[in-house]
Amino acid sequence: MFKRLPEAGPTVPVTIDGRQFAARAGDSVAATLFAAGVKACRTTPVSGAARGPFCMMGVCFDCLVTIDGRPNQQGCLVPVREGMRIESQSGARIAVDAPPGQP
Amino acid sequence: MAREFDVAVVGGGLVGGAIAYGLARLGRRTALLDEGDIAYRASRGNFGLVWVQGKGLGLASYGNWTQLAARLAPQLARLLRDETGVDVALEQPGGFHVCLSEEEMQSRVTSLTRLLEQPGFERYAFEVLDRAALAARLPGIGPGVAGATYCPLDGHVNPLRLLRALHSAFLARGGEYLPLHKAHRIERRNGRFVVSTGAGEIGAAQVVLTAGLGNAVLGPPLGLRALVRPQRGQVIVLERVRRFLAYPMATIRQTDEGTVLIGDSQDESGFNESLSTSISATQAERALRIFPGLRDVRVNRTWAALRVMSPDGFPIYEQSASQPGAFLVTCHSGVTLAGAHALELAPRIAAGDLGPDMQPFSSERLNVQEAA
Repeated sequence: MFKRLPEAGPTVPVTIDGRQFAARAGDSVAATLFAAGVKACRTTPVSGAARGPFCMMGVCFDCLVTIDGRPNQQGCLVPVREGMRIESQSGARIAVDAPPGQP
Repeated sequence: MAREFDVAVVGGGLVGGAIAYGLARLGRRTALLDEGDIAYRASRGNFGLVWVQGKGLGLASYGNWTQLAARLAPQLARLLRDETGVDVALEQPGGFHVCLSEEEMQSRVTSLTRLLEQPGFERYAFEVLDRAALAARLPGIGPGVAGATYCPLDGHVNPLRLLRALHSAFLARGGEYLPLHKAHRIERRNGRFVVSTGAGEIGAAQVVLTAGLGNAVLGPPLGLRALVRPQRGQVIVLERVRRFLAYPMATIRQTDEGTVLIGDSQDESGFNESLSTSISATQAERALRIFPGLRDVRVNRTWAALRVMSPDGFPIYEQSASQPGAFLVTCHSGVTLAGAHALELAPRIAAGDLGPDMQPFSSERLNVQEAA
């Protein structure tokens, strides 16, 4: 579906779920995921359904990923940087790392 | 020619929705008149607690009425689910009021004790938890938390789903919802009430004012007084996080879907619905002292809404002495009281008399002359 323009920038090494990938400078994290063939980068907190980049302009929040350990980043709004660790997410992020007390 | 109903309920928020549903259940031909989207709509800005703890200091009847409403909440939730398929996400595991200093703790315990010792108050058990005991039930609390009080009757609900479910159930029972029917004037004509709205006249044998802040204007010509004022409340909505809160708290709750809400601000700013960032900052600061783990969780939305507040903070339930068949209902707890409004108050309205036990809620209690 996507074709790279001839004037694409130099490569930038990143990891996607631990796998090495040569991203292109100037690409967003969401574009990098597409370039790496990743269609789904998270599951929703409510239904657990898979989600991937959709609007590519900061509106739909479907492309949330963990970037360098920080969860719920909008991949389409963050440019790739050298050495970036991009990780997919499963369900809701953790805020308070403990099981809820029992009612 | 006015369209005719048995009852016209004026105001389509949680209060009007609950009462109209209750009336429709009893077979009354009921019209629910509402404004458009420019209405103040406290029902779409509230926090969603079904809260008992601490309510009724100064009016024992209100504490008892609130407890009845909390007891009826599961029945209402079940009826709404069966009749509409909407799950209002009611949970009543009990709730915590967290204190951030020993002074707060002492004054909290003192006021709860005074509340429960009032003559005529139906006493409930509450617990006082120190920091260590609280940490076992609320994992993740910060070092600045002194303790909390716990009341087993407290709970929470999804208030938007509750509003939608009440409207859907009302329609399913044959009720007629009339949006863009802002009531301008209500008068008695030929033995019935005629409501003049922006979209024509509605006639009804009974009329129930549930118009929130609008009751102050609509009531007096019918011999009903609602000295209500707007009180601003603000809510902060955080992103969804893995469930860590098994209980609602007075100022923080986590929804069934994981969203964390911070609420319960109160300030007097007239009809100002804009957000005060300094109030948001105070709310956030207190929330972080309670749960430091929320520090890097993002804010998705904030809003302000206007509570409908009476001079003493208690609801007003009133039937007109001069115009029998006209009723007025106002409160700032449309979520908590929904069960009582639908299942206990609506039958009394249908019967034409609120009953002597509702007399303490009449606006007559506010007839205190000012000192010269």
